[in-house]
Order: sequence, then structure tokens, then C-alpha cells
Amino acid sequence: MRETVLEISGVSKRFGDTLANDDISLTLGKGEVVALLGENGAGKTTLMSILFGHYVPDTGSVAVNGEVLAPGKPRAAIRAGVGMVHQHFSLAPNLTVLENVMTGTESLFSLASDTKSARRKLADIAERFGLAVNPDARVGDLSVGEQQRVEILKALYNDAKILVLDEPTAVLTGPEAEKLFVTLKEMAAQGLSLIFISHKLDEVMAAADRVVVLRGGRQVAERKASETSKAELAELMVGRKVERPVREPATPGPVVLEAVGITVRVDGVDRLKSVDFTLHAGEVLGIIGVSGNGQATLAALLSGTVKRASGDLVLFGRGVGDLTVAEAISEGIGRVPEDRNGEGAIGEMAIWENAVLERISDYSRHGLVQRGAAINFASQIIEAFDVRGGTPTSRTRLLSGGNMQKLILGRNLIEHPKILLAAQPARGLDEGAVAAVHERILEARRAGTAVLLISEDLDEVMALADRIQAIVGGRLSPPVAAENANTQMLGLMMAGEWTENADAV
Amino acid sequence: MNTIVDILASAGLWAAVLRIATPLILGTLGAVLSERSGVLNLGIEGIMTFGAMVGWLAVFNGADLWTGLFVAALGGAVFGALHAVLTVTLGLSQHVSGLGVTLFASSFAYYVFRLMVPVSGSPPTIEPFQPIDIPGLSDLPFIGPAFFTQTAPTYLAIALALLLAYVLAKTPLGLAVRMAGENPHAAEAQGVNPMVMRYGAVIAGSALMGVGGAFLTLSAFNSFFPTMVQGRGWICIALVVFATWRPERALFGALLFAFFDGFQLRLQTALDGAVPYQIFLMIPYILSIAALAVMARRARVPQALMQPYRRGER
Amino acid sequence: MRFERREHRPTALVIATPLIAVAAALGIAGILIALAGAPVLEAYWKILVGAFGSKLSITETLTRATPLILTGLAAAVAFRANLWNIGGEGQFYLGAIATAAVGAHLTAGLPGFVQMPILMASGAVAGMILLLLPLWLRLRFSVDEVVTTLLLNFVAILFVSMLIDTVLKDPMAFGWPQSEAVERVARLPKLVDRSRLHIGLLVAVAFAFIVHFIQSRTTFGLRSRAAGLNARGAVFAGVPLARTLVLVAMLSGGLAGLAGSIEVLGVKGYVTTDLSPGYGYSGIVVAMLANLHPIGVVLAALFTAVMFVGADGMSRSLGIPTYIADVTVALSLISMLVAVFFTQYRVRR
Repeated sequence: MRETVLEISGVSKRFGDTLANDDISLTLGKGEVVALLGENGAGKTTLMSILFGHYVPDTGSVAVNGEVLAPGKPRAAIRAGVGMVHQHFSLAPNLTVLENVMTGTESLFSLASDTKSARRKLADIAERFGLAVNPDARVGDLSVGEQQRVEILKALYNDAKILVLDEPTAVLTGPEAEKLFVTLKEMAAQGLSLIFISHKLDEVMAAADRVVVLRGGRQVAERKASETSKAELAELMVGRKVERPVREPATPGPVVLEAVGITVRVDGVDRLKSVDFTLHAGEVLGIIGVSGNGQATLAALLSGTVKRASGDLVLFGRGVGDLTVAEAISEGIGRVPEDRNGEGAIGEMAIWENAVLERISDYSRHGLVQRGAAINFASQIIEAFDVRGGTPTSRTRLLSGGNMQKLILGRNLIEHPKILLAAQPARGLDEGAVAAVHERILEARRAGTAVLLISEDLDEVMALADRIQAIVGGRLSPPVAAENANTQMLGLMMAGEWTENADAV
Repeated sequence: MNTIVDILASAGLWAAVLRIATPLILGTLGAVLSERSGVLNLGIEGIMTFGAMVGWLAVFNGADLWTGLFVAALGGAVFGALHAVLTVTLGLSQHVSGLGVTLFASSFAYYVFRLMVPVSGSPPTIEPFQPIDIPGLSDLPFIGPAFFTQTAPTYLAIALALLLAYVLAKTPLGLAVRMAGENPHAAEAQGVNPMVMRYGAVIAGSALMGVGGAFLTLSAFNSFFPTMVQGRGWICIALVVFATWRPERALFGALLFAFFDGFQLRLQTALDGAVPYQIFLMIPYILSIAALAVMARRARVPQALMQPYRRGER
Repeated sequence: MRFERREHRPTALVIATPLIAVAAALGIAGILIALAGAPVLEAYWKILVGAFGSKLSITETLTRATPLILTGLAAAVAFRANLWNIGGEGQFYLGAIATAAVGAHLTAGLPGFVQMPILMASGAVAGMILLLLPLWLRLRFSVDEVVTTLLLNFVAILFVSMLIDTVLKDPMAFGWPQSEAVERVARLPKLVDRSRLHIGLLVAVAFAFIVHFIQSRTTFGLRSRAAGLNARGAVFAGVPLARTLVLVAMLSGGLAGLAGSIEVLGVKGYVTTDLSPGYGYSGIVVAMLANLHPIGVVLAALFTAVMFVGADGMSRSLGIPTYIADVTVALSLISMLVAVFFTQYRVRR
């Protein structure tokens, strides 16, 4: 029996009408790695925020080494030796690594920072766990992997004995993630205790000693990793078994879109480097990759919001130069952006306004908005795409993520686009909504729409795409046929390992 | 050409530069401190006005000059606290809150002034700070009268600039303030309460602005009149960008700016009405705009500037 | 204690917000009046009497409200599109001087009904130009327009001061710095005899309705609102951001310039450097009090005018400095900000 270092008992937390955590209890032993498994919205992050003192629980308590922590006090958690590695790193890009690490570690009343001993301590830790990084580098200049190292170093610098990692592999490539898990195991071996939050079954099975499954705010199961299987965990995590649709075989139609050697420069950086791809009517082309590798720019290229530096975009056999948004829409390109709230919809505007904004010239005459026709259009979308939780005149912000996505998909698909750009279309949605979105995409494919699917979810791409290309550092791999692809091969492609013209299809 | 050389060679110009720079140094330092913590304080114009009034009023009513400066700092701090409640606790638009504070602080200053000092033909005056003779240095030819015949608040302002530069760059407190302005979530996660840092920085910064205003009535002039701050606060906000949010560069920027201002004043006299005086008076504002245009894209803006921080909201 | 976003904003609360804000401001101002040793209720009564007590005072209040409606609209249309035009004061003066210059030198001799629209248009154009410069700096160099528009206020007023000291100086004004005047025939007709009230009031109110129409019915209105609420989302939806902002700036700067023009044509006939007691800055308060709604601007401008005109009378009889009006108006801005906040958030423990 391991010595218990952390005990969460009976924690509940309610936000408005939703019960984010419902009477959750959890223990962690010294040197143990526990995975907290659950879908988006299962309550994982809320639970960890309570542990770390960001939120005050409605009931229940957190005890470290038998001592109950004062609720809602991050400092108490830090003092007790709890360190948190956030999914979106809590780093200041303008400050140096050393400054990021040192914040809050010294008395605010001391007259000078002791950078000399801080530097020494940081170097010691870095060496002990193999986490080398230049202490004087500006954090904003570091790669994502290095930034995560800084985030971990920060926790260790505060003498953390318990480390909580929130979706640590979300931004890493396959090899980087594998390296991370080696580091984590080394830490556990040296007596640290770890909790990591994840929804990826592979890494849970690979790295954890014990798995705690959350669903809908409740703790539904606890298993030893050695005594369970991926299939069992999947079912526990999802609860009811939702069948995701899978594409049926089809013969693709003619080429509708061709990109030839396109380079796009944004703020002086080449975000796309001489990329080539072709898109056929009635097929789904999947673009996989770890986020931040040029996906956003690729999507912007087809959305009409960036200009090319070189290369040609050929649409229906004609070179089109730089697309503008208006041209993209009039040429029949439907656009589902990655960032629903930032780009896809304007939350404070009415649903009907978001429905027609991108084709406002169709709904205006002499410069005046044809409100009746626009509201009618919005009603049709709501009806046909099963958008729940709003009327055409209610504010868009009130829709749930899934319903907002249905609205965005709907305003594009109702016009039967020839091409559909879908960037991370199912990200952050619950399982039911994911299935609905996938079904819509496949429906469009059946109807002859050419779909460009940009995603970092391998399961999604393998279920929907006919052909797959990987995007790494702004470059596109040659396409592979989905039938010939497997997870391992795609993982290598996402890490940038492919041979040019290998088995192009 | 000779005129220009004459102006540059006069000790009076250089003495004037330091004098003109002092309120700008203090105001800019206050704005730098506030913005480094993530809060834009457009209350500065009103806070300087209030500081000028209340410092003067204290001295007029018998307090000594240093007490006057202290009262001005206190007055500035009170309006800073108001701005902090609006922007830090409630997270309201920093632009609009700041303008509200400016309108309130300046009209309140005029109201109190009118209430306490009855209208009279010539404005009442006080005995302002006198230049300090520094033994040895003040007697040097040219250098002495140019740089070592200032009043005490000018030396104080320069010392404060160096002090603030040290605190921000080299102490744990300064790092905590900067972290609050770069990433308040990170600050919170490391046990530094960004709300407290922002409150402290806004209030202390506003106190500096109050003192900057009081310099006008207690050292540069000897009386208070409405609209006397004349947009100096806005110029300070522009100087913050020019100084890329660094106190030592704020000192340099304020001096450079004051140099142009002092130079144009003398050129104006030398040219004796050949060019309308308004042209010269426009120069400071136009220079500020030019400085903004040059620096706006180069500077590394505090990442969380103007972003309200609410716990648990991303 | 923490704040939680409200899912639904109670309509009654939204409508009551400005009233609550004004009540709070008057309450705090009351404390200041009491501290000065004057009877508070009597002071408020005198303000009302000063603003509404006679036919003359009513016309005076409406005369004051006229430029405030226009500068308030100028701020409201800009703020809605997230364009922070704090330069209303400078645009007001530039509009005024353009009107005087064109009236004295170009249109003199033409019939009044021809001169009036030309002069108003020239004032509006001058205001537009002064706002397009900071907008260009924002689009080209990412310079925050708040500071540049503020700084340009000073430049504009000095520029006006220079003109009325030199080329536009009225030789008949006994050496006073004031501009040449526009011709009598070009002045706006009076609405009420033997008062200062002129048809500029109707023009201003008409513009409130026009702006309301533009914002609620036109594609440009929809686009500028989208640009203001979420610029990235607007660009994604094909809103031409720069062009929309240029149009917004022209509308906003034009309205502020028109305010100056109408003040010249309706009240004085010429320009001095004390033509505006801060109409440009008060317009910001008016816009915020109206929650940026154009029709609300008319009411908010009226409230502000009542405070300024009423405080004059109250000051004479009770000896409270007239600055109490400025204090109250500034306080009502701050309390409006707080009140709006509580329509959007509720307090949670």
C-alpha cells in the first residue's frame, strides 16, 4: 500500500444550472500516476481547479498529506507542494524563462531578486529530470514543446511533490508526447505523484497506474490500468454508445480545386510553404497535424482572408489569384472556421444576423437589410439543421457550442456549396453533437461537395476522409489513401516523417 | 542659424528643459507603472489637474510645500483607487473609465477651488519651491546654472525614475507587477494576486501623477487656474509608448520632449512674432503623435494591457 | 464574491439603467452641495427652475442641447463600431471655423437657402478630415486612436486660434480674437422669437432619427456593428473592415463638425476660442448615458443641457460654483458604467 499524499473527498461544484462536479472523491499515492479520464465537459478541469484553489467547492475538501487545504487559495496549494501544468500554458511570452519561473517565489518585500541562486536551483532541477532550457530566453521565442518544459519546471521549482497536468499532449507531436511520458515516469520513479487529465485512451493506458473516469460531472469508475482495456474505458467515458458515422466507399468526381506550390506569408513568417493539394467533387480530403502548424493559414487561404506570396490556386479549372471572402462565397465555398466564437459567429448579434452576415448582399436591397427574408432564412436553417436553444432573433451567444456549430454548418450547407472547408469542426463538442456534425459532412460528400477537413483528431479523419495529408511546419505531406493508413503511420506523418511522392494517390 | 546656436548655448534653455520635463517625468512614470500591471489610466489628465489644485490649496491654507506634494499624492491615489475599482474589480472598459475619472477629477478640482477660493481680480499665489544651490556643482560655469539650479521636486522626479526602473527590473515585487500585466492567470497560478498588484500599481501610479500635477502649482508656477494642465497627461500617455514601457526611457523621453518644448519657446521669442505663436504651441502635441506612429508597432506591449482579469474566466 | 454573466438582460432593468445612474450621480452631487453648506433640495429645485422656469430658460436649455445631441451622436456611432473617437471637441472647432471661413469668403452674396447647406456640409467635411487622420494612423501604424484624437483636440483648437488671430481675424472686432462672420441671410432661422433657439435643434433631432435608421436598417449599420462587436468575425464574414471604419469615421467626424457648424450658424455667427464649453467631451458622456442608442442620445443631451443651464441659475442664487454641473455630468458617466455592468453581471458568492 502506497502512502497517500492527496485526498479529494466529496467535492461538488455548481455553475448556474450545471453541476460541474457531483460528490467526487479521489486519492493519490506517493510515486503514483493517476489519469483523470473524461470527455469535454465531464468536469475534469473544474475538479483540478478546485484542487488548485482557483475555485471554491460548494461542498467537500482537499487534503494534502492529511492536512486540509484552505479552499480558494492557490498559494495554499503551492505551499502544500501541488503544482499545476496548464493546458493553455500560464506563461508570459514577453518575460524570460527565469522570470516566469521566479514569479511569486520570493517575498514581495525583499529589496532584490536573488537571481543567482534561482539560476542554480533551476539548473539543478533541469538536470535531474532532463528538462534543459535556456533560462534567459524569452518564452515567446521558444517552441511549444520547450514552453511546456518551462511550465513543468515552474511547478518543480516550487518544490511540487504533486503534479497535475491538464491535457499535456494536446499541443505535442507524437514523438514529443512520448518523450514527455518518459519524463513523467522518471518523475514518479523519483517519488513525485502525478495526476494527468486526458481524453486520449492510448496515452492513459500507456502512462497511468490507475484511471479515474468522470462523466457528466460524476465519478463513474476507477480502474487499475493493468486490469482494464481501451474498449472498457471508452464505454465508461462515453456512457451510452454513440455510433459515429463512417464514410461509405464512393468514386470521387472531377477535380474542383487545386493548389500548386502555394506559399503564404503572415507578419513576415511563411506559414504555408509551397503546399500542393487537389480536391475532387464528392470526396473528403483530411489534413491532419498538431495545431499551430499552418492549419489556420490553410483555412484562411480558402476562406479568402489571406493573400498568397506565391503559387497558384485553381478553382474549377481557372486560376483565381487571391480569393476574397465575397469571391469565396460566390464561387460556392462553404466555410466552417476553427474558432467558432472568434470567427464563426458574433455572439452579441442575433442568430438571423449571423446567418446572413456573410451573404448580406443577397439579403439587402438599395443598401437596406431585408429583415423578413433574412429571418426566414435563419428559420430554415434552425429547422433543417436542428439548431436548439434559440429563435432567429435571440442572441447567438446563448447557443451551446454544438448548436452554434450546427448554425454555422447550416448556413453553409443549406446553399449546397461545391466545396466545404471544415476546420476542426467537432472540437470541443459532446459526443452526440460530434456524430451530428460528422453525419452532415458525409451527407454533403454524398451530394457531391468536395470537403477539405482540417483536424487534429485521428479518429475523426480516419472515419471521414478518403485521402489524408499531414501538415507540419507549414508543409503538406503527399496524400495517402485512407484505406492504407493506420494510426502509427499517421502519427509519424504528423511528426514530419514522410517520403516525398511515396505512395501518392 | 545663429539664433539656433545662441539658444542651444544658453544655460537658461537647459534649466528650462529640466523644469518642463519634471511633470512629464512624474506623470509618465505613473502611467508606466499602471500600464505595466495591465491597466491603462486615462484618468491621468484629471488626476494631474486635481493634484495641481489640491497641493496648491494645502499650501495656500498654510501647509508647507512638502505637505502640499504629499496631499497631491494622496488626492491622486484616491482617484486612482476609483479607477481601480472600475477597471480591476468590475473589469469595465479602461478607456471609458479613464475618461470618466478625468472628467470627474478635473471638474471636482475646479468645483473645490471655486468653493475655497473666492473669485478675485488677480489669482492668489503661494511661495513656491526655490532652486537649490548645490555647493560646488551650482557654481560651475554653464553646467551649474543649466543643471544644478533646479527645485527639489525635479531632483526627486529623476531619482524616482531610477528607483522605479530598479524596482520593476530587479525586485520580486516588480516582477509580480509585470506578471500581472503580462499574464494575470499565470500570476494567480503562482500565488501572486494580480488584482492586488493592479490595485497597488494604479494607486501608486496615480499618486505620482498627482505629484506631477502639483509640480505645476508648487514649483513651475505659484497659482492654480483651470485647464492649466493643458493636455500634459495625454502627452504622458504617448510618452509611455515612446518609452516602450520602461522607466529609464521614460526619463529620457520626457527630457527629449522637454528639450523640444523649451527650444520652441525660446525660438518663439527669438523670432518675435514672425510665425504665429500657435504653431509653436502645437509642436508638443504633434511630436507626441509622431512618436506614437513611429513606436506603436515596435514596442513590446504588456500582453494583458486593457484586458480585465476575472478569476476563473479565460 | 465573484461576478457572473447574466444569460438574459431584464428589459426593464436596461431601460431603467440611465435613470438609476442619473439618480446616483445627483445623490453624490447632493453630498457635495451639502458639504458646501447649501440646502440640497433647494439647489436641485433651482436647477430645475433655471432650466425650465421660464420660456426663455426653456429655449436656452434646448439651445444648449442642440450641439450636445450632435456630438453625442458622433461619439455613439463611433463607439458602436469600436472606433474610440475622443476628438469631438477638435472636430467641433474645425467644423465651426470651416463654416466661418467658407461663409465669409466663398459663399458670401449667395441666397441664404443656398448658403446654409453648403456651410453645414463644409463644417461636416472639416470634422471628417480631422478624424480620418487618426483612423489612418490606426490602420497603417496600429496607433491607438484614443490618444491621437485627444491630442488632436489641442492641435485643432490652436489651429483655430491661429486662424482667428491672422487670416480670418475680424477687423471690426476691436482687436478681439474672433473670426469673420457668416452673412445674416445664411444664419439659421429662430424657432422662437427673441430667444437663441434656432432650427438647428430640428436638424440635430432629425439626425438622431437618421442615425437610428442607418444603424438598424442598412447593411452599413449591420456591418459597422459587426466590426465593433468582433472585428475578426466580421472580417471572416466578408465585412470590409477598413472601408467600414472609414465610413464610420466620416459619419462620426461629420456629425461633430456639423455640431460646430450649426453652433456658428445658429447662435453666434462667428468663431471664438470659447465657442464650446466642452461640447465634444460632454458628447462622450451623452453617448454613454444613452447606451449608444441614437434616440437615447437626444434625451441624454437634454439632461446634460438641463444640468449646465440650471446650474448657472442655481449658482447665482446659492453661491455654489457652476462646476457642480460638470461634476454631476462626469459622475453620471461613471455611475452609468457601473449600472450597465450590473445589467450584464450579477453578484455571486
